[in-house]
Amino acid sequence: MSILLSNISKNFGQFAALHDIDLEIPEGELVALLGPSGCGKTTLLRIIAGLEQADKGKIFLNGDDKTDLHVSQRGIGFVFQHYALFRHMTVFDNVAFGMRVKDKKVRPSEAEIAKKTHALLELVQLDWLHNRFPDQLSGGQRQRIALARALAVEPSVLLLDEPFGALDASVRKDLRQWLRNLHHELNVTSIFVTHDQEEAMEVASQVVVLNKGRIEQQGSPAEIYDYPANEFVSKFIGQTNEFTLEHQTVDWFKHIGLLISEQSKVAHVRPHDIEIAKSTNNDTPITLKDWQHLGALIRIELMKNLPNGKPKLVYVEMPNEQFKRLQLNRGDKVDLKIRHAHWFN
Amino acid sequence: MSQSRIMPGFRPTVSFTVFYLSLVVLIPLSTLVFKSFELNFDDYVNIITHKRVVAAFRVSFTTALGAAVIASFFGFIVAWVLTRYSFAGKRFFHALIDLPFALPTAVAGIVLATIFQPSGFLGKFLKENFDLQIGFKPAGIVVALIFISIPFVVRTVEPVLQEFDSRMEEAASSLGATRWQVFTKIIFPNIFPALLTGFALSFARGVGEYGSVIFIAGNLPYVSEIVPLLIITKLEQYDMPGATAIALTMLVISFLLLLLINLLQHWVRKRSGQL
Amino acid sequence: MSAAISTRVHQSTLDDANWVRWSLITIALGFVILFLCVPLVLVIIQAFSKGFGAYFSALSQPDMQAAMRLTLLTALITVPLNTVFGVAAAWAITRFEFRGKNLLITLIDLPFSVSPVISGLIFVLLFGAQGWFGSWFVEHDIKIIFAVPGIVLATLFITFPFVARQLIPLMQEMGSEEEEAALSLGASGWKTFFLVTLPNIKWALLYGVLLCNARAMGEFGAVSVVSGHIRGMTNTLPLHVEVSYNEYDSVSAFAGASILAGLAIVTLILKTLLEWKQTNRATV
Repeated sequence: MSILLSNISKNFGQFAALHDIDLEIPEGELVALLGPSGCGKTTLLRIIAGLEQADKGKIFLNGDDKTDLHVSQRGIGFVFQHYALFRHMTVFDNVAFGMRVKDKKVRPSEAEIAKKTHALLELVQLDWLHNRFPDQLSGGQRQRIALARALAVEPSVLLLDEPFGALDASVRKDLRQWLRNLHHELNVTSIFVTHDQEEAMEVASQVVVLNKGRIEQQGSPAEIYDYPANEFVSKFIGQTNEFTLEHQTVDWFKHIGLLISEQSKVAHVRPHDIEIAKSTNNDTPITLKDWQHLGALIRIELMKNLPNGKPKLVYVEMPNEQFKRLQLNRGDKVDLKIRHAHWFN
Repeated sequence: MSQSRIMPGFRPTVSFTVFYLSLVVLIPLSTLVFKSFELNFDDYVNIITHKRVVAAFRVSFTTALGAAVIASFFGFIVAWVLTRYSFAGKRFFHALIDLPFALPTAVAGIVLATIFQPSGFLGKFLKENFDLQIGFKPAGIVVALIFISIPFVVRTVEPVLQEFDSRMEEAASSLGATRWQVFTKIIFPNIFPALLTGFALSFARGVGEYGSVIFIAGNLPYVSEIVPLLIITKLEQYDMPGATAIALTMLVISFLLLLLINLLQHWVRKRSGQL
Repeated sequence: MSAAISTRVHQSTLDDANWVRWSLITIALGFVILFLCVPLVLVIIQAFSKGFGAYFSALSQPDMQAAMRLTLLTALITVPLNTVFGVAAAWAITRFEFRGKNLLITLIDLPFSVSPVISGLIFVLLFGAQGWFGSWFVEHDIKIIFAVPGIVLATLFITFPFVARQLIPLMQEMGSEEEEAALSLGASGWKTFFLVTLPNIKWALLYGVLLCNARAMGEFGAVSVVSGHIRGMTNTLPLHVEVSYNEYDSVSAFAGASILAGLAIVTLILKTLLEWKQTNRATV
């Protein structure tokens, strides 16, 4: 089911949580709503679900105007951040719930419900827990049960609120992969909210970056990373180095390969877009301060003395091997070369 | 009110709540207020300042105060013992604390009267050995009020003691404080707001208490007559203005006490948030 | 008052000295025994002071029987009504935001802070012969005061907050996420309430009903004012106890008291059980 949001605004008292949001999500995508705390992403998700009402704007699910429909009639599946499993029901009853509360006319028989429930539990690999209660499960298990429960009603769109936020780092990593695979299998249009940009980039096929109630950019992870639309996106996604124009450094910019245009003021450079080499010139303002091993990569800290005397840290990343070949030591003077930069005003 | 469109039942539950509240509580209570407007102000003052009325207020307030103090002292010890020590039969005693809540006041009244009246076994014992008469004297009122105050103090202090972060005690100890210093400087100041709340609750309850008091009190005007009894006496004499005026005064005082207690409880919650 | 207080010993690596501990325990237990145990024991002693025969004949007296019936009737009317109210109020207060909510919460607590005698007086003022509606009722020969309806109304007032006070903090703490989940899965409002909310609040609800009932059956001051003490007709059990005591019929008085004390003990036992259930369930 494709989703269209038109002109959505929401205020909480004086606070404007969402400003005129226009968003279109094609069918079958796995979309991440990404942004810092307070940017409105959870509010937006809940508005799509029908758990909040927008003050203005319309919501279309698969072409139908569902703006005024109650959450129980939108045909969505919602997975809560803290799972909201029914604590007094077994895992089986939790997953079967959506089917059991259907109207008598459309309700499947208990036998059919049981079959479907077990199939779903198999899908999330937890059928063996069907008789347990939620408080007997681990966080990761509860997460998967919550997902199975939401899928049981065959929703046309699946909404997940910070699905991995409450889990340990290692569990999180496994579940991310698992969710991505599940989505490939089921192909239900899914939207999840996260503040972790790594997670968004890893899991989603489309990323929507939000900040202070507005959409900053929407695109595939590659597009967002390689072609950030503005400073905020550039800084929020991945690592960047910022270089601002100060008159004496114009020459230096040219020296390191940065082309300046008339209107641009700030250059953002990714750490892996910088080349370094040992300097033969002792007047170079850049010193190699330190480096850290990050597994296959090395992160190098360079110190540059600005014209006003204050030092600035520049981060460079490169593969281990490449760094070894450079044979650099702490304290060495180095030259920079910039391969690629994004300019912003 | 967008939330009202998502969670079902906003209109029915809120309107029923307000309706039932008005019917059962607000309208009856407001009768008292409106009826007292039928009195003119001078009459009201005359009634309230009559010696017997003033005496009754004095008796009610002083006995409630005395009882609240004693109950707070012993109630604190009981709460301490229940939360910090283990001993045989603790479960039983813990459950027993709520007896004054569950027992009808009249039963408490006749029992305490029987024990403490001059012919009762404790009454006789105290009279003969200490020349102390409890029954039919204001002291009897205090005893009855202590009985009903116990759960207020214990149940208010207990949760705070239970939640108390013992790491503060450990820190103080490690810095060289003696056990008594730890108690007076660390534990007690943090428990005090809850204790004060329990005290205030006992006091408020004690001022208006009727059933457990009238059997043991003696009920002599000017000496051991409490305000609720005075109201009933006025009613029996068909002195409606009198009863109304006194009741209104009691009501206002109760509400002020309620306000105070709410503020105290707010203070307790704020402090426990910091604990 | 917090409903679920466990009796586990507060953990502290620092212990009070033994002598401190034992003196405090002695004082505490002494106090409790004197003020709480002795009265209970005395009720039994006095009730049976003239033997089993006298006890049972006191209980089968028509006035005593009428008093017990009236007490039961009052409870049967007031407890369900206040329970329905308690549930509705708790839902309204904990699941919605609206102006005046805090005022509403304070107003619900009002009957707690009003002296019992005043609670009875207001109904006399409202329905008594000189009361506002009094004349209308006299004309239609309907008796409210000095009759059963007055007793029911006064008891309704007194026991008004009990169920609501148990449910509101619990439902506030629980939050509405499970209900939101149920709604998102397609459940209607009623289904959500019965299948999701009710099972989660059932122990607190029972607890509130228990306290409400105990108070409804044991109320004395307010009922004393509105009842008129008409033997065999408007005396509840607590009132019958008072009347018997004042007439020096101690067996009758304490026989009635023993029933009420028995009720109190059953209430305490059930209360302890329910608290235990609540804390055990609260590991979720």
